[in-house]
Amino acid sequence: MTDDLVNVEVDGVALKAKKGAMIIQVTDAHDAYVPRFCYHEKLPIAANCRMCLVEVEKAPKPMPACATPVAEGMKIFTKSPKALAAQKATMEFLLINHPLDCPICDQGGECELQDLSMGFGRDIARFSERKRVVKDKNIGPLISTDMTRCIHCTRCVRFGQDIAGIQELGTPGRGEWMEIGTWVERSVDHELSGNIIDLCPVGALNSKPFRFRARAWEMTQSPLVSPHDGAGSNLYAHVLRGRLMRIVPRPNEAINENWISDRDRFGYEGVYSSERLATPLLREGRVWREVSWEAALEATANGLKRARDSMGVLASPSCTTEEFYLLNRIVRGLGSHNIDHRLRQSDFRDQAADPLFPSLGLPFAAVDELDALLVVGSNLRREIPILAHRVRKAARRGARVSFLNPARFEYLFPVANYLEAAPAAQTSELAGVLAAALQASGTAPSAECAAAVAAARVTDAHKAIAAQLAAGRTRAIWLGALALRHPAYDDLRALAAALSLATGATLGVLAEGANAAGAYLAGAVPHRDAGGEVPSIPGLTAREMLERPLSAYLLAGGVEPWHDSVCERAQQTLAEADFVVAATPYVSGTMKEIAHVLLPIGTFAETSGTYVNFEGRWQSVPGAARPVGEARPGWKVYRVLCNLLGIPGSEYQSSEELRDELRKICGEDLEAGPYRGAHRVVPSNAPAAVVDVPMYQVDAVVRRAPSLQRTRDGRVAAVNY
Amino acid sequence: MAVKTSDGGTFEPVLGPKAQLLSAHTRAEIDHEIGKFPAGRQRSASLAALRSAQEQGNGYLTVELMDAVAEYLALQPIQVYEVASFYSMFVTRPCGRHHVSICTNVSCMLNGADDLVAHAEKKLGIRLGESTPDGRIFLKKEEECLAACTGAPMMMVDHEFHENLTPARIDAILDELK
Repeated sequence: MTDDLVNVEVDGVALKAKKGAMIIQVTDAHDAYVPRFCYHEKLPIAANCRMCLVEVEKAPKPMPACATPVAEGMKIFTKSPKALAAQKATMEFLLINHPLDCPICDQGGECELQDLSMGFGRDIARFSERKRVVKDKNIGPLISTDMTRCIHCTRCVRFGQDIAGIQELGTPGRGEWMEIGTWVERSVDHELSGNIIDLCPVGALNSKPFRFRARAWEMTQSPLVSPHDGAGSNLYAHVLRGRLMRIVPRPNEAINENWISDRDRFGYEGVYSSERLATPLLREGRVWREVSWEAALEATANGLKRARDSMGVLASPSCTTEEFYLLNRIVRGLGSHNIDHRLRQSDFRDQAADPLFPSLGLPFAAVDELDALLVVGSNLRREIPILAHRVRKAARRGARVSFLNPARFEYLFPVANYLEAAPAAQTSELAGVLAAALQASGTAPSAECAAAVAAARVTDAHKAIAAQLAAGRTRAIWLGALALRHPAYDDLRALAAALSLATGATLGVLAEGANAAGAYLAGAVPHRDAGGEVPSIPGLTAREMLERPLSAYLLAGGVEPWHDSVCERAQQTLAEADFVVAATPYVSGTMKEIAHVLLPIGTFAETSGTYVNFEGRWQSVPGAARPVGEARPGWKVYRVLCNLLGIPGSEYQSSEELRDELRKICGEDLEAGPYRGAHRVVPSNAPAAVVDVPMYQVDAVVRRAPSLQRTRDGRVAAVNY
Repeated sequence: MAVKTSDGGTFEPVLGPKAQLLSAHTRAEIDHEIGKFPAGRQRSASLAALRSAQEQGNGYLTVELMDAVAEYLALQPIQVYEVASFYSMFVTRPCGRHHVSICTNVSCMLNGADDLVAHAEKKLGIRLGESTPDGRIFLKKEEECLAACTGAPMMMVDHEFHENLTPARIDAILDELK
């Protein structure tokens, strides 16, 4: 171990540092601050801003701390007169062309250049020549540009090269004429591109929807969890006078590192959509009337009581766990089990074998360390962008990543094997991989998979994937949203589970929505009660509820089955019901046609609650913004409904109380556990329809985020495979 | 068709819809350049590839030609734009097909380069940085030292050096250009 360490001295303090580490990494680790613009711990080193110059003993000139490796006996001075003189000189150069427009710059107050010029800038400019002016670029609806402010640190360029995997911005031109840009006018389209807003140390790249909305120091910051995918990315809400102004990442190395997807960053615009429902509405005949909360809840309770067990709850998979738990109590209190959040799933034959909750099967951060991965049915970059980024990291490290998909999706990393197969052919493709794995290990297929394995035709690609999954330390097989929506999902899952058994790779499921795991744990599924307890008779699944009308429905969490469900009859079925109540942040024409009562609830940003991500990580957040109009957090609405329906023991005072109660039911040991089904896979080439929902259509909030809708991905239509 | 790289590996140029614009001759030249670098380092060939493409483009690079090079070398278009906009020997806006650059650095200047520039401008009726209306000659910006001081004053026409210039020699050389 000692061979890996060298002795260095930073500002007179003797330290041990890792061999090969850069000076700035050592000084950062020991709280000796060195100013910097181009250096960023997550990006490759460029050493082009020269702000981090420090004095190194025996070196003739100041050295850039970000690009100088430490050496044995090195004496580093970060605040010596020589170092400070170099840093101040650099700052003077950087400020030559930088405009003095801080008062109208959105970066003002959170600007690295502004902060450092306080410490290192001269109070008088010696530069009396003309400043350079650079034309602003239009790089799409998400990122605003003020290119005159750019100091050419190239963080945004390196983000594209290294993190996103596609270089969209570059540095055309030379010297005084060098400009950051795209050269030909085009938008920056990568699904993580919004992160260059945070990376930009000056006000050159800023959030376009947030432009001129608020000053950094006026807003309060409170934590949020991503409401759009199961990764559970950590976010900060920036709130001004109760109104959510923007969302930025909350760094968490275990999940999203410093990054968030554009969907997480700009989805908040949907919170203040013109379709927001501000007051409870009640329908009398064809006329909608604004009513008090009491009247609306009274009507809801009466409607649900009349239906008793012929009622069903369809919940958004992005509700909080507390909301799921109360919805579960409402349904089961009324004597039914008809509750589901799996609106886009259509195969439920083998649902009894579901693990405790849909899980990735390994910690998020462990994805970086994967040696082999097979992803079945997932447009991964669109479904869970932040997970795709982790997979990319693994692939660049050398992981063998393969896909089985209905189309050739673009991945910005080397893909080992790509099986492109129409949905109808996917079970036989997966059976081919299984057959190859069984052949390689010389084991016989299980009785359940035998027929499928016997019918499979093994190709070289199948053999390669099977071999990769069997070799190396950590391997995984994931079933994505396109698999979950497959009409023969349970066949795919049984085969994937058998493949996992044969190769030792862990099996994971990338369930849709932000809180599918929470839904399972809270019992928002027809075949499980809270804590995974199995009811004697399962209720109706989402598909069954939407195919044959029940007498009453509760649509919870802004779910819009005509968009969120794969059932084509959804709208018609709901229209045929006697009573439909929607607890929703939004009201639309369709909603007004099918519903009888509309209860305005808060969006993800306006309610406290807990999200369980696909690692099984419980993340609780307080409400960030004030609900719009008379809207109330969902859990409060459902709690009052519980009271009105006479469900005992529902006098909860806070969402924490609810969470703690559920936590107790679930117990401490919360392992999703492996798949243990005995589902018989029947080989079939029956036609199968699978829909790829565009990434900015996945839920009610992002559907109403106008800036995202104007992006390239926002203009994409759903594809039916 | 895969190209052999300098380390014995191969690189498969991408002949997609955009790269079709490159002529067989240009592609052969680019393939030759790719072969000078190890596998996976085809980006290093972008400089030479752009030179060939500019030649095909009658003296300047269009966005289409640059996109073609990018696709052929499996690069992002911006990576090619960066190179093309950095080097002064690439022209990214329409210009005459012959590039004429008269050196005005020290040795040439002492030998009367400034007068030669004035002469050429007057003869062609254009200023430095402009092209003749017939698209024949592009009088490039002032050129810096091209390392031919022994023959000062000198100028470069396309890839050829012309030394010991006089106004009469310049007339003759320029008249020769078709």
